[in-house]
Amino acid sequence: MKFVDEFRDPEVISKATGEIRRLADPSRHYRFMEVCGGHTHAIYRFGLKDLLPSNIELVHGPGCPVCVLPMGRIDDGLSIAKQENVTLTAFGDMMRVPGRDGSPLEHKARGMDVRIVYSPSDALKLAQRNPEKHVIFFAIGFETTAPSTALTLMRAKAQGIRNFSVFCNHVTILPAIRAILDSPDMRIDAFIGPGHVSTVIGCRPYEWIARNERKPIVVSGFEPVDVLQSVVMLLRQLRAGEAKVENQYKRVVPWEGNHAALKAMAEVFELRPYFEWRGMGFISQSALRLREPYAEWDAERRFSVPGVRVTDPKAAQCGEVLKGVLKPVQCKLFGNECTPERPVGALMVSSEGSCAAYYNYAHRKSETLTKVAVSA
Amino acid sequence: MSAPLPKVRFRDAQIEMAHGAGGKASRRLVEGLFAPLLFSSPAEPLGDAAHFNIDGTRIAMTTDSFVVKPLRFPGGCIGELAVNGTVNDLAVSGARAEALVVTFVLEAGLPAQILEAEVRAMAKAAADAGVFIRGGDTKVVEHGKADGMYLTTAGIGRPIPELTISPGSVRPGDKVLLSGPVGDHGITILLARGELDIEADLCSDTRSVLPLVEALARAAGPAIRWMRDPTRGGVATSLNELARDCDLGVFLLEERIPVRDAVRGACELLGLDPLHIANEGQFIAVIAPEKAEMALATLHATPGGHEAAIIGEIREQPAATVLGETGYGGTRVIDMLVGDPLPRIC
Amino acid sequence: MCLAIPAKVVELFPDEQTRALVEVVGVRRHIDVGLLLDDPPRRGDWVLVHVGFAMSKISEAQAQEQIQTLTMLGESAAALEEVKGYGLEGSDLSISQKDTT
Repeated sequence: MKFVDEFRDPEVISKATGEIRRLADPSRHYRFMEVCGGHTHAIYRFGLKDLLPSNIELVHGPGCPVCVLPMGRIDDGLSIAKQENVTLTAFGDMMRVPGRDGSPLEHKARGMDVRIVYSPSDALKLAQRNPEKHVIFFAIGFETTAPSTALTLMRAKAQGIRNFSVFCNHVTILPAIRAILDSPDMRIDAFIGPGHVSTVIGCRPYEWIARNERKPIVVSGFEPVDVLQSVVMLLRQLRAGEAKVENQYKRVVPWEGNHAALKAMAEVFELRPYFEWRGMGFISQSALRLREPYAEWDAERRFSVPGVRVTDPKAAQCGEVLKGVLKPVQCKLFGNECTPERPVGALMVSSEGSCAAYYNYAHRKSETLTKVAVSA
Repeated sequence: MSAPLPKVRFRDAQIEMAHGAGGKASRRLVEGLFAPLLFSSPAEPLGDAAHFNIDGTRIAMTTDSFVVKPLRFPGGCIGELAVNGTVNDLAVSGARAEALVVTFVLEAGLPAQILEAEVRAMAKAAADAGVFIRGGDTKVVEHGKADGMYLTTAGIGRPIPELTISPGSVRPGDKVLLSGPVGDHGITILLARGELDIEADLCSDTRSVLPLVEALARAAGPAIRWMRDPTRGGVATSLNELARDCDLGVFLLEERIPVRDAVRGACELLGLDPLHIANEGQFIAVIAPEKAEMALATLHATPGGHEAAIIGEIREQPAATVLGETGYGGTRVIDMLVGDPLPRIC
Repeated sequence: MCLAIPAKVVELFPDEQTRALVEVVGVRRHIDVGLLLDDPPRRGDWVLVHVGFAMSKISEAQAQEQIQTLTMLGESAAALEEVKGYGLEGSDLSISQKDTT
């Protein structure tokens, strides 16, 4: 596969790991945070931790849009969908996330019309083909996904498709990074920056991290070679005492971002004054909602939403894991009460959640870890 | 005084689609509810078919049901699946299918033409597999149920003499053999549903694997420790079941696993793992190391076996776990399928 | 959020500016190129696809340069070792490690 295989080439990988070993100062312990859940997934899927020296620690960040959604928002979405003649559509990742009364998939088994879509435009098409139904699209994602939702809404409006609305849970990445940096528990040396969000917002928005916080940040791709090269670039900066924004993912990320995508977002969305993030409380200006001209396509305005806040079970430590304060295995519920089959929180369900990544790809490799109870 | 039955351990409140997907939930249902209450030796590992004695004659018996939408797809149809599926279950349990019976659950309104096409397909598949269909039953349900038709086949067969397979005979050092490329069937079905706007040159791999199994049995009989056909849940699920049943580790070299480009492409586009996708014409065999190369050569020399590969081996640790090596020193745990293969986008 | 796939544009539709047919190892899918209308892709271009939308064009030149940079890493280090062997460290002829990008 082009643009994939070359970036998984074992020889190139070993060149990169060789350089990492050469550059890493053995007297230092490095903590690099990968912000984006896609990077967490890649790190585990490709076993990249095995390839790094032990003094480089990868800390998982909160860049998993499913994981950071508080349970109450799932319940809100489901409650809208309970109405007559409503079809709820969402990406596959949302389907097994637990709400108070069960996940969307469990609701589907009980008769709710819930369907998986692979694109917001699929949801719009569904609405077009089924005029007697109202189709709601449960929108999630960072800035990578928001432009596609925006474009779809612009089309819905232009074509006068009224039996369609969006339950908008798009969040923005910078406030999350800021919250990490402000958090007293954290000590991060540098960041592996989100690759695909950056195709939309570009690299400029990260400059304050380098300038004000003096932390290097490298915008990285998702193949093994990309992540490893980004580590090389971070090590070089640290060795030279530098702190700047660099673009490792040049083949895809334009420094200035995607103007058309940003324009579509500005046309359709505005920032909410604040939004609750699982485990991180309310963060201001961190999420999107539909602007007034699109009120008719805003599921929250067309339908009443209970807006109940549901706190995670006390024993669940989703928030600390999201912030990177705890490793998944350090959460008391990990592997026992909370498994991918019986998830307590979204981090164990979403393929980008660090708990799921760790559980699925790593933890049974070590014999010293707790034996997992597999059957009910 | 007979021993008390094992207790029911199935705690799910209701049945979900996942319970039929072939992964963890399915296993939970079978092990936790059906086995304790229904099966006469609930403590034994569950295989693809049951082998038991009637008046000193050893027979093998199995059943399988087919719930497929659409009924016809590139490379096959539900009728073929119904025959091949049961023949294959028997084959990988170490038995040659002799006779099948079939149940039709038909939806009122199903055009007779469609039914006839399926019946003809079954007849042909049975002839190709060398098995006789000896009878069956028919029920009709209301319009709106049964997706056109549901089929169930039950098969009875004779143990293949050269084979004595069981998870208990698997040893560290044994090699894992795969008969051909994975993911063809499941992805074909997914694309055939037409909801995805994806086109690819793919077809289902449905076929009887009996000729390959018999060739293998003749060449390497006593060296074959265990076999399975990786249907729902895919290769990952079957190997996890093996790892659990024999309490050993399975170590795969992911680069050696044959996957067609189109399957790889579709899986990348949808965020699916080929190892979790159903196959209908493949089997996995665990073979003693000294016979593994010869077994592979035998498959290569048998029609339909040219894409077989040795994909890994059995190791002592980590027990009950399937590990995959990515090809550049990284390893990952390959888990059993959880839920339905829900495509990722995120 | 992050699952995005490189795909090659194999067909465009003059009546539907925002639609394109892309291919990934022989698998073809219709996607939306509405986010790239400022500089629309042409047949043969590679794009990054996420949730059915093309997010960005992929620069083959950049990709090649990146791989080359990395492949040369070992070579620079090897060259360095060779020079060290000449006993020239500390003299004007030694190569600074920083120059080996």
